[in-house]
Amino acid sequence: MAEHTDRSTAAPQGEVETFTYLCTGCPLGCRLEVDAVDDDVIEVRGFTCKKGERYGIQEHTDPRRAVSTTVWLGSGPMARLPVRAAEHVPKDEVMAFVQALRGYLVEAPVTCGDIVAEDVAGTGIDLVATRSVAAADDLTVVI
Amino acid sequence: MPITAEPRHLDARYDVTVVGAGPAGLAAAIAARDQGAERILLVDRDAEPGGILRQCIHSGFGLHAFSEDVTGPEYAHRYVERVLERDLDVLTDAYVTDVTREHRVKLMSPTTGVTTVDTGAVVIGTGARERTRAQITIPGERPAGVMTAGLAQKLVNLHGYLPGSRVVILGSGDIGLIMARRLTLEGAEVLGVFELLPHANGLSRNVVQCLDDYDIPLHLSTTVIDIHGHERVERVTVAPVDEDLQPIPDRSRDIDCDTVLLSVGLIPDAELARQLQLSLDQRTGGPVVTSTYETSLPGVFSAGNNLHINDLADWVSQEATVAGAAAADVALGRTRARQDIAVTPGTNVRYVVPHTLSTDLTQTVSFRVKQPIYGDTIVRIGEAHRRKVRAVVPAEMVTITLGPRLLAAYAGETLRVDAVPAEQAEDAGTDGATDRDGAG
Amino acid sequence: MDQGHVHDVVIIGGGATGANLARALSRFDLDVVLLEASAEVAFGVSKANSGIVHSAMHASPDTLKGRLEYPGNLGWRTLHEELGFGLNPVGEVLVALDDAQLAKIETIRQQGVRKGIPGTEAWTAERTLDAQPNLSREVKGAVWAPTACVFNPYEAVMMVADAARRNGVRIELEQPVVAIDPPDPEASDAPLVLHTPTETWRARFVVNAAGLYADDMAELAGVRDFTITPRKGEEYLLDKRLAGVVTSIIFPCPSPVSKGTLVNPTVDGTIMVGPTAQTVDDKRDTTTTDAGAAQVFDNARTLVPVISERDVIAEFAGLRPVSDTEDFIIGPTERPGFLNAAGIQSPGLTGAPAIADMLVDILADEGLALVEKAHWDPTAPHPVRFARLSTEQQRALAERDPRYAQLVCRCEIVTEAEIRDALARGARTLDGLKFRTRAGMGRCQGGFCTWPCMQLLAEHLDVPVTEVTKRGRGSWLVRDREDQPVATASTGG
Repeated sequence: MAEHTDRSTAAPQGEVETFTYLCTGCPLGCRLEVDAVDDDVIEVRGFTCKKGERYGIQEHTDPRRAVSTTVWLGSGPMARLPVRAAEHVPKDEVMAFVQALRGYLVEAPVTCGDIVAEDVAGTGIDLVATRSVAAADDLTVVI
Repeated sequence: MPITAEPRHLDARYDVTVVGAGPAGLAAAIAARDQGAERILLVDRDAEPGGILRQCIHSGFGLHAFSEDVTGPEYAHRYVERVLERDLDVLTDAYVTDVTREHRVKLMSPTTGVTTVDTGAVVIGTGARERTRAQITIPGERPAGVMTAGLAQKLVNLHGYLPGSRVVILGSGDIGLIMARRLTLEGAEVLGVFELLPHANGLSRNVVQCLDDYDIPLHLSTTVIDIHGHERVERVTVAPVDEDLQPIPDRSRDIDCDTVLLSVGLIPDAELARQLQLSLDQRTGGPVVTSTYETSLPGVFSAGNNLHINDLADWVSQEATVAGAAAADVALGRTRARQDIAVTPGTNVRYVVPHTLSTDLTQTVSFRVKQPIYGDTIVRIGEAHRRKVRAVVPAEMVTITLGPRLLAAYAGETLRVDAVPAEQAEDAGTDGATDRDGAG
Repeated sequence: MDQGHVHDVVIIGGGATGANLARALSRFDLDVVLLEASAEVAFGVSKANSGIVHSAMHASPDTLKGRLEYPGNLGWRTLHEELGFGLNPVGEVLVALDDAQLAKIETIRQQGVRKGIPGTEAWTAERTLDAQPNLSREVKGAVWAPTACVFNPYEAVMMVADAARRNGVRIELEQPVVAIDPPDPEASDAPLVLHTPTETWRARFVVNAAGLYADDMAELAGVRDFTITPRKGEEYLLDKRLAGVVTSIIFPCPSPVSKGTLVNPTVDGTIMVGPTAQTVDDKRDTTTTDAGAAQVFDNARTLVPVISERDVIAEFAGLRPVSDTEDFIIGPTERPGFLNAAGIQSPGLTGAPAIADMLVDILADEGLALVEKAHWDPTAPHPVRFARLSTEQQRALAERDPRYAQLVCRCEIVTEAEIRDALARGARTLDGLKFRTRAGMGRCQGGFCTWPCMQLLAEHLDVPVTEVTKRGRGSWLVRDREDQPVATASTGG
């Protein structure tokens, strides 16, 4: 649906280029056109609300994504522990962030909200457990 | 926070029994206690509470419930903490096999055996099941490697296995879109998402962030017409469809893959509702309910995806909170709200829940549209409510909260719910009777 | 294994014929091996069909299949009592929609009377609709045959094979016969030598009960004088919501080529409609088709109008092994010691117990000495079907073994204890568990129980979950992730 213009073929400095994005703010799905010189946004068109304009600027200058994934869990009722990035990760670094966690193992007990890894893949962003798991010898179920 | 998986004992009688400890059951149990019911039993078939939220590790939950964007497990965690604070009986690894019309609940679990409990009220929070291959009748062979997106989600997110290496996804429901991203991140190759309809079924946020971000193609108006492979999936045939959604075999092509994930919709798990012979709404597949989510059998309530398929867990919790509190009221012998207004789907509205409203309550009306309207849309509930929204799409539920003041004038009437383009709404005048496609 | 050892009988094929023969031979003091190509018995022709023990009035007494039909019907009833697989004597209602059909079905009834089938009745339209109120108002009359039963053929065949195993027959799985040595001109009484990819088997007698592949086996033995052509039948299972819409097997008046589309109340309460009858080229073509579905539902609706495609919860197709004689081919061949039991198409499943008895007689004629064992047990502990028990019975079972209160399949209410029992009786694939216990057969089609079943299979077979299959080699279910856990943090910082 959205055609993200390939940033790597950006025009020479100083030339205005138009980039298109699909706004995800509401079901309307406005098709945004962002005129920019590199990261300097000159104009956003196609939005129908203020939120849309802000989204267009953010998506062009510093697109970020909420990242959630899983890591190995040493013991517990399941093999994988769900985790998330403590803050939104730059879009270009999402794959590296997740790939850095390949093979990563966390031992129970874990509490929901614990930081289970710091500065993943050099992003400066920590990894947070999104559920609790009791120690293996604890006969209670931990949520 | 630790809890023991089993109650200390099972009472012979409960005020409120809640079936299912997903987003609906957790909220209902909490609300029942907060409304004053003492003895509450919360039963779940899994080894721990949380339901499907346990495998929905992505974010997007809690924006309404907590004004914060959290993941599924975190959302469950917050509700389970509230359950624990209230010291309710939580019975896991347990299954309710039957509820009688006299509110006798038959259940089985390895710790309690096969047993029955009597209960003042029941809240059904059994969620939904996924549509399977049979319900969309894909012809062809029946190899291993065809599964629902939700089963794949469980295998990947909880158990650490991949459903396959080269994956085709049929249907653009949110679970399918989210699994396209999950599988890509976890090392499988997602070859494409194929959608029969000319528009995506999932939220546009998921189309952008789960497909576009990873260059996974979304093929609209295209479907899988054949599955090949004797033992394991080897290939699928896909074809575009015409305006009547019929495949055009001349334009088909084959794709080599080892896995087909189905994301072709959810169906309310209305098993208990059927056993209890509750009145069902053919449009939702779930029970007919009042504005406090009480079914046609007094004292039996239904909330969440077994009632109708919600788009957000937050709405499920909201519904279940109302249902749980009302269940406590019934169990404690308090007077019910009047249900003196009927609600029915009108123009471009597929279904409406609940089916009746009360002139003495603040209540929420939820509905889904049939066709998307990309632009100013008038949403109206009879004459009682009229609102302009920016767009409506079938993937997103519309929820409107109405107070008694707005409804007082309509006791005894039937209110039709419409969602029409703003310009047509003006043409239609005020009588609201220009519906062409009726209430079906 | 002692490669030089000579078995008394090797049976090729663990379908209804092979399993029944194995059990019939198990009462004698013999060394019998059954070789099955698939991962489990009953995974071929016996698995995918209408699941009917026929009334026995349809086939002409002038044919072998017509003669074996009724003794087979009685044989299955006895086996049901001894082994406890699901079988329900629901009877058959053979429906006429016009006067010509009325005459035709009466001819069939008279044929049944001549064959000694008890209890048939000619019904008026009124009597028919009284018994089956959901039939079309167009009904002109019917023939009632109380001898017809519904059963789960895979469950029955699996239990018959297991009964043979309990009485000493070796069941060898994933052993496809790929070669048979030519006769040794020097030693006419030398044993037959069979090869599978991993083993060599020697036997005084070989019975070819290889279903769709019986012509290939005859070819390997050098005595092929027939061809097996697969005839495909598509079947559609409907939601339990429709349970009770018919309470007997509803047959249309047959055409010259087919018994037509049946509406069939299965043992488990679901309604099944089918089959189609289409000759195909490929012995592995078990595809369902849009055309097949349309034909089945159009036909079914002429008999039972409320039936709809919308209620389908599962569909499958099976192949009948049709010989070029259109009749069973049972008996010795020019190759000494090599016997055929081929072309066992409808009503072959019904006839299977009688086919087995006939083969035992032929083996005796050919020189196999039959000495009855001192201790032969025709019975086996009946499998528990938790969902069908009363609450009191369920409570008592759960008190004895808590695993009877641990649910695995929620649609069909199948417990962990039943799964473990099926594993003990030989289930080794996900389909094998499904066919024995119904886990995964309900409306969610395994969405909930697939994982616990995979775990229990992995535990029982002592293999990783990645080696658990749907139905044997090649039908893997999940893959390992590329990464395995490492103890130390490999992340930055």
